[in-house]
Amino acid sequence: MGAVSPETSPLLAVAPRDRRRRVVNRIMEVVASIAALAAVALLLLVIGSVVVKGISALSFSFITQNPAPFGQPGGGIANSIVGTAELVGIASLIAIPIGILIGIYTAEFAPSWIGNSVRFSLDILNGVPTIVTGVFIFGLLVVGSQQSGWAGSVALAIVMLPIVARSAQEVLALVPRSLHEAALALGLKRWRVVLRIVIPTAAGGLVTGAVLGIARVAGETAPLLFTSSVFSNLGITTSPSQALPNIPVTIFTLSESPSPTDHARAWAAALILIFMVLVLNIVARTFHDRSRRRLRG
Amino acid sequence: MSVTAQPASRGPLFAGHSKLSDRIGEPLLRVLTGLAALAGVGVLVWIAYTVFNQASPAISRFGFGFLGTSAWDPVHLRFGAVDFIFGTLESSVLALLISAPMSVAIAVFLTELAPRVARRPTQILVELLAAIPSVILGLWGIIVLGPFLNNTLEPALNGAFGWIPLFSGSASPYGMLSAAIILTIMTVPIVSSITREIFDTTPSEFKEGAYALGATRWEMVRMVVIPYAGPGIVGAVILGLGRALGEAIAVTQVIGNTAGIHASLFPPSGTLAAQIASEYQGATSNLQVASLVYLAAILLVITVIANAAARLIVSRVTAGREQWAP
Amino acid sequence: MIPRDTASDRQVTEPDPPISIPQTRIINEERERPQQRGHGVSVKALNAYYGDNRTIKNISIEFPASEVTAIIGPSGSGKSTVIRCINRMHEEIPRARADGRVELDGTDVYDSRVDVTHVRRLIGMVFQKPNPFPTMSIFDNVASGLKLTGMRKRGLRDRVNQALRSVGLWDEVHDRLGTPGVALSGGQQQRLCIARTIAVEPEVILMDEPCSALDPVATLRIEELIGELKERYTIVIVTHNMQQAARVADTTAFMLDGELIEHGPTAQIFTKPRDERTERYVTGKFG
Repeated sequence: MGAVSPETSPLLAVAPRDRRRRVVNRIMEVVASIAALAAVALLLLVIGSVVVKGISALSFSFITQNPAPFGQPGGGIANSIVGTAELVGIASLIAIPIGILIGIYTAEFAPSWIGNSVRFSLDILNGVPTIVTGVFIFGLLVVGSQQSGWAGSVALAIVMLPIVARSAQEVLALVPRSLHEAALALGLKRWRVVLRIVIPTAAGGLVTGAVLGIARVAGETAPLLFTSSVFSNLGITTSPSQALPNIPVTIFTLSESPSPTDHARAWAAALILIFMVLVLNIVARTFHDRSRRRLRG
Repeated sequence: MSVTAQPASRGPLFAGHSKLSDRIGEPLLRVLTGLAALAGVGVLVWIAYTVFNQASPAISRFGFGFLGTSAWDPVHLRFGAVDFIFGTLESSVLALLISAPMSVAIAVFLTELAPRVARRPTQILVELLAAIPSVILGLWGIIVLGPFLNNTLEPALNGAFGWIPLFSGSASPYGMLSAAIILTIMTVPIVSSITREIFDTTPSEFKEGAYALGATRWEMVRMVVIPYAGPGIVGAVILGLGRALGEAIAVTQVIGNTAGIHASLFPPSGTLAAQIASEYQGATSNLQVASLVYLAAILLVITVIANAAARLIVSRVTAGREQWAP
Repeated sequence: MIPRDTASDRQVTEPDPPISIPQTRIINEERERPQQRGHGVSVKALNAYYGDNRTIKNISIEFPASEVTAIIGPSGSGKSTVIRCINRMHEEIPRARADGRVELDGTDVYDSRVDVTHVRRLIGMVFQKPNPFPTMSIFDNVASGLKLTGMRKRGLRDRVNQALRSVGLWDEVHDRLGTPGVALSGGQQQRLCIARTIAVEPEVILMDEPCSALDPVATLRIEELIGELKERYTIVIVTHNMQQAARVADTTAFMLDGELIEHGPTAQIFTKPRDERTERYVTGKFG
């Protein structure tokens, strides 16, 4: 085929408008790419700041030592690390079993309208500002008593519950009906089917929800501000009947201080917290992808 | 709520097989799971009851006038919410004005533009933005963002657009602009991930229909993907709004926490959530505490409405999908 | 009737005529021109791939102007892929690519100077399942392609109405043009999609099993429509329904495993096929 001039081929005829359309398309593609890049850049910028500023103040003793007495330099945040672990641990013991039970209820027993209402309520609960949750627990457990690890844990559990329960509902709904029916047809009672077949099949997904919930509350400050933020001593506190020092409140307090050394300590604590939270998120995602792939087949 | 056990089958065929463990286990699991669900729903009601109850001294003292009063004077015990309601709405709406278009653009990138191998990693990175604890974002806001706004961005905006009231006045490291930027960062991952999920449900038949008419990629997105996802995008944005309205810690760290309504974005301001977070511990009177809880009650009402609306819209969109599919 | 718009129009006028030329002028020129020439498509040494998998193997075939060519063959034989290579829809599928030449009036649609959106405007496509845009009214569906080319208001309305008349939908829907396109019946939806395609006045219409989702009455209606449209457009229709090919096509091509086995006048393909595999297929021995 010989070359064809634009005059004779409709394919090569290009109106000015087409050129403009192509330019607009290109611009929009670039804008969308920049938006995505900007979001990723923001993530790297924040994490980068934490790493750069945190690493210089971070040392082994920062993790293993308790804070120095007031007015003296140095010391670490060992008490806060222990306290956070304890608060999150107790919150998980409350929220994870209840969350999974809710998931089982809506997947196995609830009529659909009740299931939908429960789902909707959990979504609303998930949207309740965590500062309001803190105010609630303050009014319920702290007023007339005192701040305590228990109060902080219950507040965190309320934040965690909808995350665990919603993800349990979703993953349990993915368990194939045929598996159920096969087991029921064998004469197994429903509760045995749930315990022996449904939960083991969905285990990976249930772990995902639990880990995501833990990751979320490990960094929560607002629910602890009124429930576990005033500490009687600087040492490691183990009894949850006292206020438990914790990493988020420590960062918050240090960040409000005008002193640069306090800021450096805040960055170091932030580095520890962000590392924990990101690792938990990546673990959750890996579990999530794997269990989805298995359940979807 | 039907949490009671259904009567077990008593037919002669099964009579001999009914094990003790089944007679206990079956109703036990039903009751336990039902109670858990009840607790999940009940805690919502309990929160509302407790918050309003704790706020009652302020509610009975100030009534609904609290909502329209501009005052926050712990010394003379004069309290009103309007400054903080305004600050809450202003910071959240500003944040969403930036994050909503940005999120739609990110969703377009993730569903239509990015090379296939880059999609999942990019999506994960964007969503990880939501995993950063707000106290860390606030710390970053105080130490990195604040000085940048004070020394660079705000003077520049003032120099270029100082005649617009929004950018008038002197720069400040703490204020509305700082809060809006932090809230933008917090809402982008929420809005973009829901928008992306909805974009992903666009049937390829419609996309092909647009391409077959000679549409460019952007024209296809504008003709098919965005209209199809329209109500869902609205729902996602309201959900992001709900998050922004309720954020206490990061905002209290960067906004400066003062009452007052300003035309400019630069001076320190306050929001409902930030005000509660900053004053609750230092409150000097019962009436001040009750007034702060009154703020919490207002915040609770606003966020519940926003979240309910968003969820209803999003679930209606995803439920209506089948009838549209060809 | 929609006025014919051919290459000879384009030679004597400016580029991009379907949008910019006023109706009256086309009609005048139509009258002056003694004979329709039309625009054929020739496919030369076409290969198509999904990843490493070659699904179209070195196909060459001519689709003559103003004729209906049917492509038949068992499922998986590559019929749809061939026509999706003609308007370059094939490349929208991830990891799919094609090589070879597809010429419209002697110009390769894969030529680097050719814009893909232009190819698709000149070579329209109707899909297996009716796919009217779900958020658009009947009117907006037909207008969607025209709006891309910048047509507005009066001209737009005239062209939409003409397209609806051409597919026989006008009488059925003219009083509810604002209602959603998806509210129509399946057959009406497919005619709406054909109207949407011809509204931009392409040279060629590709139809990918356009009746497979329709009932017999709606199918008959579409087949009649194809008969009317072939006076003005070059039509390539992929079908697994041999009776349909026999009813609508001037020539028929038989494909098997990504290869073109035989192409000839429809009557010859169904009555005196040259290839034994074609004979086995048209007599129902396999497939």
